[in-house]
Amino acid sequence: MATQQTRSLARFMMAPSVVLLFVWMIVPLVITIWFSFQQYNPLNPIRDGFVGFSNYALFYSNPAFLQSILNTLTLVISVLLITVIGGILLALLIDQPMWGQGIVRILVISPFFVMPPVAALVWKNMIMHPQYGVFADIARFFGAQPIDWFGQHPMLAIIIIVAWQWLPFATLILLTALQSLDGEQKEAAEMDGAGFISRFIYLTLPHMSRAITVVILIQTIFLLSVYAEILVTTNGGPGYASTNLPFLVYQKALLEFKIGQASAGGVIAVILANIVAFFAMRAVGKNLDK
Amino acid sequence: MARSVTTQHKTIATVAAWIVALLIFFPILYTIITSFKSEQEAIQGFSIIPSGTFESYSEVQAQSGYFKFFFNSVLLSVGSTILALLVAIPAAWSMAFSPTKRTKDILMWMLSTKMMPAVAVLFPIYLIFRDTGLLDSRIGLMIMLMLINLPIVVWMLYTYFREIPGEILEAARMDGASLWNEIVYVLTPMAVPGIASTMLLNIILAWNEAFWTIRLTTTEAAPLTAFISSFSSPQGLFWAKLSAASTLAIAPILIMGWFSQKQLVRGLTFGAVK
Repeated sequence: MATQQTRSLARFMMAPSVVLLFVWMIVPLVITIWFSFQQYNPLNPIRDGFVGFSNYALFYSNPAFLQSILNTLTLVISVLLITVIGGILLALLIDQPMWGQGIVRILVISPFFVMPPVAALVWKNMIMHPQYGVFADIARFFGAQPIDWFGQHPMLAIIIIVAWQWLPFATLILLTALQSLDGEQKEAAEMDGAGFISRFIYLTLPHMSRAITVVILIQTIFLLSVYAEILVTTNGGPGYASTNLPFLVYQKALLEFKIGQASAGGVIAVILANIVAFFAMRAVGKNLDK
Repeated sequence: MARSVTTQHKTIATVAAWIVALLIFFPILYTIITSFKSEQEAIQGFSIIPSGTFESYSEVQAQSGYFKFFFNSVLLSVGSTILALLVAIPAAWSMAFSPTKRTKDILMWMLSTKMMPAVAVLFPIYLIFRDTGLLDSRIGLMIMLMLINLPIVVWMLYTYFREIPGEILEAARMDGASLWNEIVYVLTPMAVPGIASTMLLNIILAWNEAFWTIRLTTTEAAPLTAFISSFSSPQGLFWAKLSAASTLAIAPILIMGWFSQKQLVRGLTFGAVK
C-alpha cells in the first residue's frame, strides 16, 4: 500500500545515500578521465595540455605496465586458488566433531582482523627475514641456506602474506555454508552407501557453490587493489618484480608526479575492475532473487 | 541411525584441526610473544618463552606517541561508522519497508561503487582534499571512510530490516499507533540488534582500511595503519618494539572480531550466506 506520500517519503530517505555515493563515484572518476588525456606535471608545468591518447600509449609502452597487469592477475588468481581450495579443506576439517571447536575457529579467523600493514611487517620481519625470521631459523636447523624471500621470490612472498590474510575469510564463509547443510540429507546419503568422496562431490560441493561464488567475488574486489602489503614489504621491487597495477598508478602519481600517465593507469584499472564487477553483480544479483 | 562418531575419529580431527589452527595463528602468537622480549632476545633466534619485559611497550609510547595514533584510529573508525549509519539507516529503512521496482537496481548500483579501484581516483581525491584543506584532517578521512563503507552498511542494514515482519507494523497501525510510536516502540527495538551488528563490522573494516588512511594523512590525523607503515624503513633493529606496536594495533579489533564472526559472514556476503 504505497501511497504517493509514503513513496515520496521513501525517496527523501534514500536521497542522502544515493546522492553521496553518486557524487563520490562520478566526480573523481570524471576528473581522472580528464587528466588521462592531459599532460600534467605539477613539478614541471611547461608542457601541460591536451595530449590525446598518448598517456595511454606511454603507459602501455612502459615495460612496467605489462608486468604490473601480469602481477595483478598472478596475485589475484594464486590467492584465490589457495584460499578457496584451502578454505574448503579447512572448513571440512573444522566441521568435524572435535574438542575445542570454538577456539579453533577463533584461531583460524584471527588473521583476517589483522590490519594489512601489520600483517605485512610481521611476515617481513619476524617470519621471512633472511637472517632473523622464523623461516631462516628453520632452514638453519635443517642445515639449509635461508631464503631471501623478498629479494628472490618477491611475488611468492606477497602471495603467501595475502593468502594468509584471506584464507580465514574463505574458511569462515565456507564453514558457515557447510554448517547449514541439512543433517538429514547427509544421513540419507550415508544410508544409501555414499562414501565420503561421492558425498562431497554430489552433496556438499553443490550446497557450497553459492558460498564459493561469493568468496571468489568478494575476494577479487579486494585482491585487485592490494596495496599496503606491497608498500611495506618490497615497495614494488626488485625492479618491478612485485609491482601491481594499483602500486604502479600510485608510483606514477605521487612519486613521479606523472599525473596524466597515472590517470590513464587508473582508467585501465577501472576497466579491469568493471570486467570483474560485471560477473560479480550478475552472480550476487542471482542470489538475491532467491 | 545417528551418525556414529568414534572417539578415534574425534581425536584425529581434534589433533589435525589444532595443528592447522595453531600454524595459522602462529604469526600473531609469535608477535605477541616477541613484544615481551628485549630487543636483544628478539633477534637471538627462535624462542617462545620471553623474559616478560614491558620495556618495548613503554618505549613505543615514549618514542612515537603511540596513543595519538590509537586515538585517531578509534575516532576515525567510530566516527565514520556513526556517520555512515546516519546516512544509511533511512535509506535501508525505506528500501526494506516500501520497496519499489527500482529498489534492487539501486542496491546493486550501490554495491557496484564498491568495485571502483581506489587508485583510479587517488589523484582527484588528493587534489580535492588538498584544495579544501582536508588533507591530514580527521574529518576529511572520516568522510572518506564513511563513503567507502556506505554500500556495505546500507546492504547489511537492508538485509536485517527486511527480516522485520511487515505484519507487526500493520498490527500496530491498526491499534492506532502513530508513526512516531511505531518507530519508537515497535521498530526500534527490533532493529537495534541489526544496527549493532552493522556497527561492529563497519568499525572493524574502517579500523583496518589501509589505503586512504596511509595516503591522505601525514601526522595529525594518522591512525595506526599509517603509524605501523612508517616502520617499513627501520633504523636499526626494532623487532620487539615493532611487535609491541603491532600487538597494540591489532588487539582491540581482534577481540571485537572474535565476537562478530556471524555478522562478518553476513555483512561481507551481502546476506547471501547466513
